Amino acid sequence: MTKTLFMFDPKNWEIITATFPSAIWETIYATFISTFFALLIGIPLGVILVVGDKDGIMPLPSWLMKILNVIINLLRSVPFLILMVVVMPLTRLIVGTVVGTVAAMVPLVIASFPYVARVTEGSLREVDVNSIEMARSMGATPFQIITKVLIPESVPSLISNITITLTNVLSYTAMAGALGGGGLGKVAISYGYNRYIYSIMIYAVILLVILVQVIQTVGTRLAIKSDKRLKGNL
Amino acid sequence: MIEIKNISKKFRTEGGDIYALKDVSLNIADGDVYGIIGVSGAGKSTLVRCINMLEKPSEGTVCIDGVDMSLLSEKQLREKRKEIAMIFQGFNLLMQRNCLKNVCFPMELAGINRVEAEKKAIKLLELVGLKDKAYSYPSQLSGGQKQRVAIARALANDPKLLLCDEATSALDPTTTNQILELIREINQKLNITVIVITHQMNVVESICRHVAILDNGVVAEKGPVGEVFSHPKSEATKRLVFPEGSADNLRKSEPDEHIIRLVFNGAKATNTPMIARLALEKGIEANITYASTKSVDDKVYGYMLLGIKRDSNIIAETISYFMQMPDVYAEEVFLDD
Repeated sequence: MTKTLFMFDPKNWEIITATFPSAIWETIYATFISTFFALLIGIPLGVILVVGDKDGIMPLPSWLMKILNVIINLLRSVPFLILMVVVMPLTRLIVGTVVGTVAAMVPLVIASFPYVARVTEGSLREVDVNSIEMARSMGATPFQIITKVLIPESVPSLISNITITLTNVLSYTAMAGALGGGGLGKVAISYGYNRYIYSIMIYAVILLVILVQVIQTVGTRLAIKSDKRLKGNL
Repeated sequence: MIEIKNISKKFRTEGGDIYALKDVSLNIADGDVYGIIGVSGAGKSTLVRCINMLEKPSEGTVCIDGVDMSLLSEKQLREKRKEIAMIFQGFNLLMQRNCLKNVCFPMELAGINRVEAEKKAIKLLELVGLKDKAYSYPSQLSGGQKQRVAIARALANDPKLLLCDEATSALDPTTTNQILELIREINQKLNITVIVITHQMNVVESICRHVAILDNGVVAEKGPVGEVFSHPKSEATKRLVFPEGSADNLRKSEPDEHIIRLVFNGAKATNTPMIARLALEKGIEANITYASTKSVDDKVYGYMLLGIKRDSNIIAETISYFMQMPDVYAEEVFLDD
């Protein structure tokens, strides 16, 4: 059994050439586009979580902050597969269908933007409070503090967190394959689980692992390269 | 002219209200170098933050050039803060920006265009002696260099007032003196009023003209530096002037002695033994009661307390003997006050 699991069967080559290129493309496409939208929503929310705090630079009403926190925690605690089902009406409304790669992106964004909001909050909170005080002492507006101090000073940490988000979304896209999403996840499920062609499933998983490795390596390098604190003495 | 009138600052804590400042009043003239000294927790940092309204005083007013800071709107306050520069103990440079961009920061906030800002930043870095580090990042600089960049940044918007919050506390003695020299230069050349917050006596002694001693949120004493330090009246001042034992302890130990304080403010350290020569040339025997001096770059900083015989002629002679030496200041310490 284990032998046949890993052995390359020439009969499967046809399936691989027919499905893998588009599956890989769909996975990459879904991962990056979903992450992009998750960042678009999540980063501003993370900023609000930090600056709107009662000790923040732009305190917001505490009831508003509480509601925001509850929503983020709620979305973060719903398992992804269940979230996919729950948001199907919304998906249909936006995309017109609940099947396919594009349709899977709606739950992917909804599942990952609260995560982005939380990690962005963490990154921004790492910024030295003294730097913020310095900016205030020079007459910076709250908006200037956000755009010229908070975000630029936390770029390396944000890059690390975006990398983790990408790998998370990648694994979600594979999960989405079980419920009509496209990509490598779908290939693994439909050939490996539904038709018992395990080797196809294994190859799909290996490709997913390689994708995660590539994303993580590139992300880590970028984070280190962007961090001016790590420059040695000249 | 900065007029601080009867300001108090109250912090609410679980254990009740705590006053960080109580009824503090100070007048600081334009062009002055004003020291505010006190032990940690005395309220110095709160006081300096009340000047630019980073902390709003609970009571009292702060007027800068006749403008009551507490009456300004947020927007007006931000404009006013551009005239009040500040440097910090931790330098507070932006770590992801190079030195040039750090100096440009306040100009960016003020909306000055990039080319113009960078041109000025280069000039300011030249002023502080770090033109060659323009494209280095803060992590590549030493503490003293970081503070120089912070000073260049502080000068970017041509401030009228410079607040120094423990600006030399994180630096070694040599670097401290270089930074103080730079601050003195800025005060004289650019005619910027400087307020220095510190817990270090030598900082006040070396650059300040006036001083206020802050103790538990209250101004214990204030006035010209020489006057305050030569005739310390309050307990808080005495503790600062005589850190190794108050004047009272000295009086108890040596009843018939009179104390003279020698202040070395960068006096050239020579091989001449001053005290021995005083004995040989003038026939005056001096007893070193306390000494706290250090040599920096072949120069002596610090002070020394000499016990000499209680005789007005001898006292006058001793003082004039030391006063004729460059960078040495001698004065009587009146223990009976």
